[in-house]
Amino acid sequence: MKPLLAALSLLLVAAAAAAGSDSGELDAVMRLLAAHRHGRVDFVEQHFMPVLRHPVESYGVMTYQAPDRLEKRTVEPVPETLVADGNVLSIERKGRTRVIELSAHPSILPFIESLRATLAGDLGALEQVFKVDFSGTVARWTLDLAPRDARVARIATHVRIEGAGDDLLRVEILAADGSRSLTTLRKSP
Amino acid sequence: MSRRWIVAAWAGLVVCAALVAVHARYLTDLSAFLPAHPTPMQRLLVDQLRTGPGSRLLLIALEGADPAARARISAAMARRLREDREFESVGNGEQLTAERDREFLFDHRYLLSEAVTPEHFSTAGLAAAIKDTISDLASPEGLALEPLVTHDPTGEMLRIVDRLSATRAPATRDGVWTSSDGARTLLVAETSAAGSDTDAQQHALEAIREAFAAAVRAAKDPETRAIRLLLSGPGKFAVESRARIEHAVVRLSIASSAIVVVILLAVYRSFRALILGLLPVATGAVAGIAAVALGFGAVHGITLGFGITLIGEAVDYSIYFFIQSRHEAPPSGALDPLPWERRLWPTLRLGMLTSVCGFATLLPSGFPGLAQLGAYSISGLAAAAAVTRFVLPQLLPGNFAIHDLAPAGARAASLIGTVRRAGPAVLWTAALVLACGSLLVLALARAGLWSRELSSLSPIPPSAQRLDAELRKDLGAPDSLDMVVVSGSTLEAVLRGAESAARALEPLIGEKVIGGFDSPANYLPSLAVQGARRASLPDPAALRRSLEDATRGLALDADRLGPFLSDVEAARHAPLITEHDLAGTSLGSGLRALTLSTSGRWDALLPLYAAGKSPSDLARVRAALAAQPGDARLLDLKQESDALYGAYLRDAMRLSLAGLSAIVVLLVLALRSAGRALRVLAPLVLAVLVVAAALALCQVHLTILHLVGMLLIVAIGSNYALFFDRRSGGESGSTLASLGVANLCTAMAFGLLSFSGVPVLEALGTTVAPGALLALIFSSLLTPAQARTIGSPAMDAHA
Repeated sequence: MKPLLAALSLLLVAAAAAAGSDSGELDAVMRLLAAHRHGRVDFVEQHFMPVLRHPVESYGVMTYQAPDRLEKRTVEPVPETLVADGNVLSIERKGRTRVIELSAHPSILPFIESLRATLAGDLGALEQVFKVDFSGTVARWTLDLAPRDARVARIATHVRIEGAGDDLLRVEILAADGSRSLTTLRKSP
Repeated sequence: MSRRWIVAAWAGLVVCAALVAVHARYLTDLSAFLPAHPTPMQRLLVDQLRTGPGSRLLLIALEGADPAARARISAAMARRLREDREFESVGNGEQLTAERDREFLFDHRYLLSEAVTPEHFSTAGLAAAIKDTISDLASPEGLALEPLVTHDPTGEMLRIVDRLSATRAPATRDGVWTSSDGARTLLVAETSAAGSDTDAQQHALEAIREAFAAAVRAAKDPETRAIRLLLSGPGKFAVESRARIEHAVVRLSIASSAIVVVILLAVYRSFRALILGLLPVATGAVAGIAAVALGFGAVHGITLGFGITLIGEAVDYSIYFFIQSRHEAPPSGALDPLPWERRLWPTLRLGMLTSVCGFATLLPSGFPGLAQLGAYSISGLAAAAAVTRFVLPQLLPGNFAIHDLAPAGARAASLIGTVRRAGPAVLWTAALVLACGSLLVLALARAGLWSRELSSLSPIPPSAQRLDAELRKDLGAPDSLDMVVVSGSTLEAVLRGAESAARALEPLIGEKVIGGFDSPANYLPSLAVQGARRASLPDPAALRRSLEDATRGLALDADRLGPFLSDVEAARHAPLITEHDLAGTSLGSGLRALTLSTSGRWDALLPLYAAGKSPSDLARVRAALAAQPGDARLLDLKQESDALYGAYLRDAMRLSLAGLSAIVVLLVLALRSAGRALRVLAPLVLAVLVVAAALALCQVHLTILHLVGMLLIVAIGSNYALFFDRRSGGESGSTLASLGVANLCTAMAFGLLSFSGVPVLEALGTTVAPGALLALIFSSLLTPAQARTIGSPAMDAHA
């Protein structure tokens, strides 16, 4: 029995070390992101929907200003501006502006908060909304986010963010109804 | 007529009047100051104030503590109040009706969407609409629509929701409505009962207070104890005004009775005299109520409040009678005076008649409250004078005696004499200077002298009006008061009219003449429009063909749109929506808020929103409406209500001038001399000018009630002036004493009104109380001393 126990405890130590190294990498990524106060990227977003034969594509510019302002300006096919500032989200589309509270709309929250908290390097805020799973290294990392709130999970089941250092590369959101959106980000020239 | 018969007839009449008064219907709502015979536009205004949908809204605000705690209380209150059948609906911003609304809108989207036309379902129309929908799907707003896309590929749902949410909604915080500065959490409760049903409104207010208290108790959070509840709305005003008027009437009656009793006891020093002295007053009060009840069908509570003032004047009569008839007591003497009814009664009668002239001008007033005051006072004064003249002498015991006031009067006379010694020239010059000074003050203040707003007549205190305006603004009510009104005999007719008016208004939004508008047809289209939409839905085979052509090359495959085909087919055979179908949805509340129905007449209201900060160009709105068939009219509520007020003010001025002329004519006839009448009137006019100038100096905006008060100064003051004018040698001391006591009673009774807490009563009180006092002083100083007795106590001693 003793060798087995020893082997088991070794395994546990190894697992703890692995976890420790992972969380070390995660912290390092978060520190890098937190140091990045302002960013501006081009995005291309593809919506894959079961009812549609081919995805709907849109593109535009996304800007971030620490700590909590995120602006997504879609240029094509329908101009639209989304500004998340604190708890307030304003949506301007077809000449009309709607202002809503993020906290009152759990269905929109994952799309905004996953991105914004990651850009802020605010792991605490991220973990408030999602169960966070980190993999990879600082040079090339992946965050897998699973919503904690059941109301949120009814809309979006999974968010995956891929990045390199303090750059975000791809954001993929799986919706509960089987549709999927994939956003590819590229530094604005 | 024998003495016994007179007393019996009087007692019989009093009993009859008392019976009428006991069985009279008493009104304590606000209608005393709503016009009785409005024009059609004014009728709409009044209906809206009284029974309109707006009158059923109670505005609830929570202040204090933090927003999250307030949101919890708001939710708990709304939950409890929604259970209560006294409320038609309770809104606090929570997305509760949203589910039912969405279901209703979705089920009836082809009847509700204005895009539904035959062209919309052609191949080209379908292709354009579907392309639009696909691009919408990528937006966060489209997200919620995705599950519906196979049912609604043309996006009717989003179109309907868009249009309905175009009207302004309050800001939301923590999921519930808040003011834009976040300091107040807001709720709106719509009562089932009309706003004019004051009892039901009182219940509803109590239910809200209980719900608040229960929510705070249940929260168990010390933070929530800091939350304060604020209430507003027509129902609240009605309940409060009723309480205030009832309270004021009771308090004023008790207080003025007490004061008059104390004064009379002090003067007469006899309980018997007190009882006898109060008889004319009591008779007058009962007669007044009976006359109003018989003449108007119902008595406004506020009339009783005004009626207190009657005590002041009616008490005068018995004072004159007792104090001056006292001089008949000496059984024998060299100077045997004339019996009092020959000597004093004519003066008293003339004074009574001038008062009646003053009050009679109120009878044709557009306000039931003022007309009733007129009727009450005229019948009350006539009854009191008649009792003094005919009944009191019969009841006077042989050994009747009251305290001799002549010495006190003589002291006052000597004081007046001291001043008068300055000579008429000096006094009249001083009066002229005073008059010119007052006129100058009035001229300088003339811009803001008259209150121009109808609300100044309202018995609602300005602070409550301010709170109401703030809450309405917080709730996103239209910022301007302009609205288009369509009237008709049925709901369908006014909905069609509203749709036709909307066609005229639509282009004005693009031209930025108006910012937007709301319409009951947004919530319930007319049956004609719904029918046309239903008729434009194609049959299944045709729709399938167009759809296949339309989706060629699009991301959405026609094969997946089976649900769309079956929904359209179902809609082609579905019944049209009637107002009853809207029950329980927010569409129902929207429709009710914008329609009025009274006795077989319907009005549809289309409030206009201003474009930007500048007010709408109403001339262009009017022109656009005129170009469209139908009889849509533009109602500028503010202008209309101010015009209403202006008309009242002109009316009141005309009536006051008529009253003044009547008094002048009466005096000239009675005194048989224009110069003498002028001398009697001059001190009274001076008193009016001084009071008006003093009010202007105190920054008081004068209202109709102030004007009425000024008329009353002349009417009441003429009693004093006449007595000074008629004064003859032997009775100057007692004349002065009786005038002083009468004046004290009048000033006290009107002075009490100043503390009533009811603005209209206060206006009357602050005008008449000082005015009556000044009228006495000016009369005593300015009336020419014919017998030169004042100031010579030696002659007084002869009596």
